[in-house]
Amino acid sequence: MASPNTKANPAFYAVIALLVFMSVGPVILMFMNSFKLDVDIISGSSGLIFLPTIQNYEKALCDVLWYEPDHVDFCSLKFGGAFINSLIIALISTVLTLVIGCMAAYALVRFRFMGRDTVSLSTLMVRMVPPAVLLVPVFGLWNNEFCLDRDGLIGGAIRDTFGGRGDVCLAGTHSGIILIYVAMNLPFVIWILQSFIVQVPRSLEEAARVDGAGPFQVFFKVVLPLIKPGLAAAAIFTFRIAWNEYLLASALSDRDTRTMPILIVNNMSEFNVEWGVIMATGMLLAIPPIIFTLFASRQIITGMTAGAVKG
Amino acid sequence: MRTAMANRLTPYMFMAPAIVIMALALMYPLGYMIWGSFRDWNPSQTIGEAEFVGLKNYITLWGDPNFHESLGVTLRFAFFVVSIEMVLGVGLALLLDRDIRGISVLRTMFILPMMIAPVVVGLMWRYMYHPTVGTFNRFLDGIGLPTVDWLGQHALMSIIIADIWQWTPFIFILSLAALQSLPRSALEAARIDGATAWQQVIHIKLPLMMPVLIVTGLLRLIDAFKVLEVILVMTEGGPGLSTEILALRISRTATEFRELGVAAAMSNYLLILLLLLTVAMFAFNRWQETRAARVQALVEEDD
Repeated sequence: MASPNTKANPAFYAVIALLVFMSVGPVILMFMNSFKLDVDIISGSSGLIFLPTIQNYEKALCDVLWYEPDHVDFCSLKFGGAFINSLIIALISTVLTLVIGCMAAYALVRFRFMGRDTVSLSTLMVRMVPPAVLLVPVFGLWNNEFCLDRDGLIGGAIRDTFGGRGDVCLAGTHSGIILIYVAMNLPFVIWILQSFIVQVPRSLEEAARVDGAGPFQVFFKVVLPLIKPGLAAAAIFTFRIAWNEYLLASALSDRDTRTMPILIVNNMSEFNVEWGVIMATGMLLAIPPIIFTLFASRQIITGMTAGAVKG
Repeated sequence: MRTAMANRLTPYMFMAPAIVIMALALMYPLGYMIWGSFRDWNPSQTIGEAEFVGLKNYITLWGDPNFHESLGVTLRFAFFVVSIEMVLGVGLALLLDRDIRGISVLRTMFILPMMIAPVVVGLMWRYMYHPTVGTFNRFLDGIGLPTVDWLGQHALMSIIIADIWQWTPFIFILSLAALQSLPRSALEAARIDGATAWQQVIHIKLPLMMPVLIVTGLLRLIDAFKVLEVILVMTEGGPGLSTEILALRISRTATEFRELGVAAAMSNYLLILLLLLTVAMFAFNRWQETRAARVQALVEEDD
């Protein structure tokens, strides 16, 4: 019986090639279709020979282009604005989640205080809540309860500056969507970072403390640099969820704060689907995750195994 | 004295932002939802204006055939998805656990489907499943086979296939990691004793991987109840109710039928289901740890 660890025959590589083709194939298909005209997609002159065109992308991004493409008579998609909204929301919520989550994870690991087990347990529990379950309460709260009275001091000031009639509410603002994303991602981030902070040797921190560093200095100058891989993994996962999420964003956003997934779903449900443009928008939404995958796959895998196995 | 006080307060200061945000945006909403599930509530009312109806929403749902259908679809979807993905993922991990060059490239390619937005996954598959222009039917047509009505008659199967495409790599990567951290000595001993490859897999590798596999499977199971966007984009729950999983039904009850109270009650049913799964997972983890500790103690005694 030959050792299976050294033998590698052609059939084996064929299996691998097939698997790679299966997992990447649909993405490549979408990529190619996004450069085709609808006529080409539907007529099905399938194959690699076609005249690539960027018309689909021009159509999708018509509201931020500095020139007016000839083939677009009316700019209906406004995908550029949604792209910017998505970017703002995903970036801010990632940064906030990381900062807050990091501090909490550090406290959970390093300090013993009452309720640590409870926090740990509830962290795990909260991780299981599906976004769909949050839909109803978040919709109600963000529209009715998390508001500033229009007659109040701050609310009045905001109302005077931006105009409008009713009270100032979280729904329909970037911050409203960011708040729920931060809350949704915190448990997972705390969980992952915890498993990294545990590995930081205590003696290092004590040495720093003996040298006269305060708790905050120890945290920022000693601990943070050592858990960079964990931070990278957590950042990617948070960004991915904030960037990809559809359901809660669609309940909370208004015309000006729509994110990209919402626009894609709205376009898909129309009767006559323009495949080329849809594929182009899908490609735009997929680009950041693809970049992460290509350049940080090691961190992603670390995060995935830490999050699941140690969880 | 001041520093001692500050030191004692530090953990609370570090925890405070996280606790405030989670209390405000997770715990409070969940409580609010439970409160709202006892009310006849539509989106134009605030919760205070809605009429208190007791358990009516829960009882209505309990007898609602559409809810049963949706629950059935959810359970079927979760069961098939998790079991097929487990078999495929673990099988692939066992097959590809060798020292070959380029395994990291392979893993990179594999995680791509997981990272892409569910909405985009949905639209890719909706295109490929399209009855006339879609890739699959064109291929079937090309080689002279009858075409398949993917998102019509076989909608549930089609969404299961799409989910398997997206999430098998997750199980593959976790079980590969588990495989590669197995104690070499046990495998070595088995090989010297003349165990065949199959015997090694069944009697040594699988039992040793079992703890990781069970946790992975449960995580995947819990995630399977969260799937929504892929199905929304591919079928919008149709045709009929054949692919309307619970998450989708909750969102439709809230936005289309405008019955927030019923949607909240449905959310609660889903939450209870997930809570049971989570508790199972947590209990299993605990049991695992105590068993590991006991084994450790035995080993130390032997020394």
